[in-house]
Amino acid sequence: MRPRFLFLALATLALCPALASAQLFNPESFTLKNGMQVVVIPNHRVPVISHMVWYRVGSADEQAGHTGLAHMVEHMMFKGTKTVGPEEFSRIVAANGGQDNAFTNEDYTAFFQNVAADKLELVMKLEADRMANLALKDEAFQNERQVVIEERRMRTENQPEALLQEQMRAALFLDGGYHHPVIGWHQDIDAYKVQDVIDFHQRWYAPNNAILVVSGDITAAKLKPLAEKYYGVIPARPTPARARPLDPTPVAQRTVEIRDEDVHQPSWTRYYLAPSYHVGDKQDGDPLQILAEIIGGGPISRLYQSLVVDQKLAASVSAEYDPDSLGQTIFAVATTPQPGIEMRTLSAAMTAQLKDIAEHGVTDAELARAKNKLRAETVYARDSYHTGAMVFGQVLTTGGRIEDVEAWPQKIAAVTKDQVNEAAKRLLRDEKSVTGLLLPAKPGEATVVSDPDAEGAQGLIGGNVR
Amino acid sequence: MKKVLFVAVALICGSQASALTIETVTSPSGIQAWLVEDHKNPIIALDYSFAGGGASDPAGKEGLVSMVAGLLDEGAGDMDAQAFQGRLEDLAIGLTFSADADNFTGRLKTLTDNRDEAFRLLHLALLKPRFDADAVARVRGQMLVGVQQSEQDPQSVAGRAFAAAIFPNHPYGRSSSEASIKAISDADLKGWPGAHLSRDRLVVSVVGDITPAQLSALLDQTFADLPAKSDQAAIAEAEVPTKDSLKIIRRQIPQSVVNFGEPGIKRDDPDWYNAYVMNYILGGGSFSSRLMTEVRVKRGLAYGAYTGLEPYEHGGIVAGEVATRNDKVAESLKVIKEELRKMGSTEVSAAELASAKTYLNGSFPLQMDSTTAIAALLTVVQRSHLGIDYFDRRPTLINKVSAADVKRVGAKLLDPDKLTVVIVGDPKGMTE
Repeated sequence: MRPRFLFLALATLALCPALASAQLFNPESFTLKNGMQVVVIPNHRVPVISHMVWYRVGSADEQAGHTGLAHMVEHMMFKGTKTVGPEEFSRIVAANGGQDNAFTNEDYTAFFQNVAADKLELVMKLEADRMANLALKDEAFQNERQVVIEERRMRTENQPEALLQEQMRAALFLDGGYHHPVIGWHQDIDAYKVQDVIDFHQRWYAPNNAILVVSGDITAAKLKPLAEKYYGVIPARPTPARARPLDPTPVAQRTVEIRDEDVHQPSWTRYYLAPSYHVGDKQDGDPLQILAEIIGGGPISRLYQSLVVDQKLAASVSAEYDPDSLGQTIFAVATTPQPGIEMRTLSAAMTAQLKDIAEHGVTDAELARAKNKLRAETVYARDSYHTGAMVFGQVLTTGGRIEDVEAWPQKIAAVTKDQVNEAAKRLLRDEKSVTGLLLPAKPGEATVVSDPDAEGAQGLIGGNVR
Repeated sequence: MKKVLFVAVALICGSQASALTIETVTSPSGIQAWLVEDHKNPIIALDYSFAGGGASDPAGKEGLVSMVAGLLDEGAGDMDAQAFQGRLEDLAIGLTFSADADNFTGRLKTLTDNRDEAFRLLHLALLKPRFDADAVARVRGQMLVGVQQSEQDPQSVAGRAFAAAIFPNHPYGRSSSEASIKAISDADLKGWPGAHLSRDRLVVSVVGDITPAQLSALLDQTFADLPAKSDQAAIAEAEVPTKDSLKIIRRQIPQSVVNFGEPGIKRDDPDWYNAYVMNYILGGGSFSSRLMTEVRVKRGLAYGAYTGLEPYEHGGIVAGEVATRNDKVAESLKVIKEELRKMGSTEVSAAELASAKTYLNGSFPLQMDSTTAIAALLTVVQRSHLGIDYFDRRPTLINKVSAADVKRVGAKLLDPDKLTVVIVGDPKGMTE
């Protein structure tokens, strides 16, 4: 298990687009007097439990100059309370046979422990304690800042693809909280103070801003008294409204490229500014999931068949979209060229395919196949005791409701071909897009070059970010 | 081709009794499987493995087994790749093949309604793969792209260079390359399944919505046509270097990736559980390991520092990794070496040992997240010859490890002055 923080980043917009909302988990739910929502997803196959607390706060709630602070707070949650010493949290969980970790996204921060069923009360006590009683020292903060910087180097600065995705996100979202990376800009991580962490925690980590999700060998009847005992006693307090205004209307197609001598395999990625279930063309949330499945969901998909199998230009293709986002989100399409294929050739073929879909739409057979696949995924999703917990945490922190998850199969089944085609037309517009090119460079070669994707790009944000 | 996987190896080792009941099913033709019946969801997961993997790739053709794995679902019987993949998609059947150094593994996941067709497609893939020219070209291209992508990932570059350094002159040390992938011929591909996928090398695990009688019939339909035996060239035992070495691959990146290792033990070694507990305390992945405490928590040198036991069929190693800014590589390595030394010179505390045992026992069932995860676990237990009662015996095996055992095995395995070290990056003040 890799420590602290599973970045649900860009290209992996969700656990799996099809599962981001899955069917019929039949959860039980109740709300504590202080406003903390509780969701229980029983699964009794093995006597283990996944205990999660999700906070409705993420990197998109940060202030300018303090990017990455939500993630920094996530790290600092392991640094002790009034009664539990620094790093003791994880030590106690492990010494009781459990595993723990946490992760941060644009819209949420979540903490979890996987434990034997008889250790549930212990982890509830610990988790409630750090919601209410976090006690931070500057020395631990200074060390952890270095850890986070090393994390940024490992995940982003050492990886050309990750650097490109970071630049693409910044180019796509012109304003607002989705413009910057979840882990934060390096200069901001360098700059904040322990008091910033304390203030952020105080502002957002209230029970009324949190959701308890417990899955596995448990029932609501058994959980309720424990939830009241540990979380129910923490007083509610007001938390800020979460603003996710519409991004300014984009007017220019943008291209971002990295040419670097460490790049060996070129790639082509395009982000479209897309609606979520809650902002933008909300009605397109379900049709666009089907569109992603049709164009990039596996070896029978439109793009794979045309670019990989028939034209033999690409080695891989993908399309990803997840409407469970508080604000607008990303519809991503990507491809890598087969060895010996020029990027401009592949790029032209890819844009021709996207144009064809926008103009002529999808077929009845494609629609039926995609719906069928998404339906089957829900059965597999139910099989895992983790998946339901992840889905409800994600949906409930991004403005959705339990009923939305449970109704998802019916909503997907009801989508018509016209709805998919209209959503595709609205989405696949050049001015809504950022194209990212990862290209090899020979040592000494110019770092910024003219746009090889010469499709009348109106804006160019080029450059080498290293 | 050999990939250094610390985390995966840690997961593999051992189990605690749980609510699961495992039974043995033997088909009329003698094919045996472990079965956990579970009818709560209409899902069946099959996990099976043949002994023999990438280590058997001919020199100069590294990647052959992986390429076969990539092609078995690209057309079989009278279905070409598109027809075969279309059938899988339409029925929501998950069918995958993969290979590591020592094993060729397959997985099948299906809804109960499509059970018979799913097993029929698997039978076709194993017995009648087509290896059509366009599918071969496509998968070869994808593997070439994979090689290029791994060249731009410092951790992959380090992993491959480390394998070469710790397993010199052995198949475990060789990785596929552009040249080796291009050298693989149609005859190599077409000849491989029949020469390697034989019943004497097979273990099978099944979990889910199926009865023993149903499984028994499907075992024969799926696997009985495979050859009874295969005559494969023996793989030599690996000789792991016992003196220190340092290789630096210079890259102008802000963080250096460091891999280190030395001789370890194999899974059937009498010291296995002693080493397993020792490794957990040292750097086995938890936040409270000694390496995490010293490197991450106390000094902020890295996001993580880990060690793992890597027991291969023909040799074992102890390996570790850390990634740190270029000017802190020397300091990080010094801290790590000091912890390696301490592990063999001072006994761990009673509390540390007790916590380790509780963790290793208590966390074991946590991996049983789904039918597919449980099936995969059963395959590992079978492959390692741990016995169907392993889940009951495991706690005792772990609980009997003493502080003296941990110190002794630490002294035996961890010599900080005999490490093979590979660094990718621009470590300051360090030269080969």
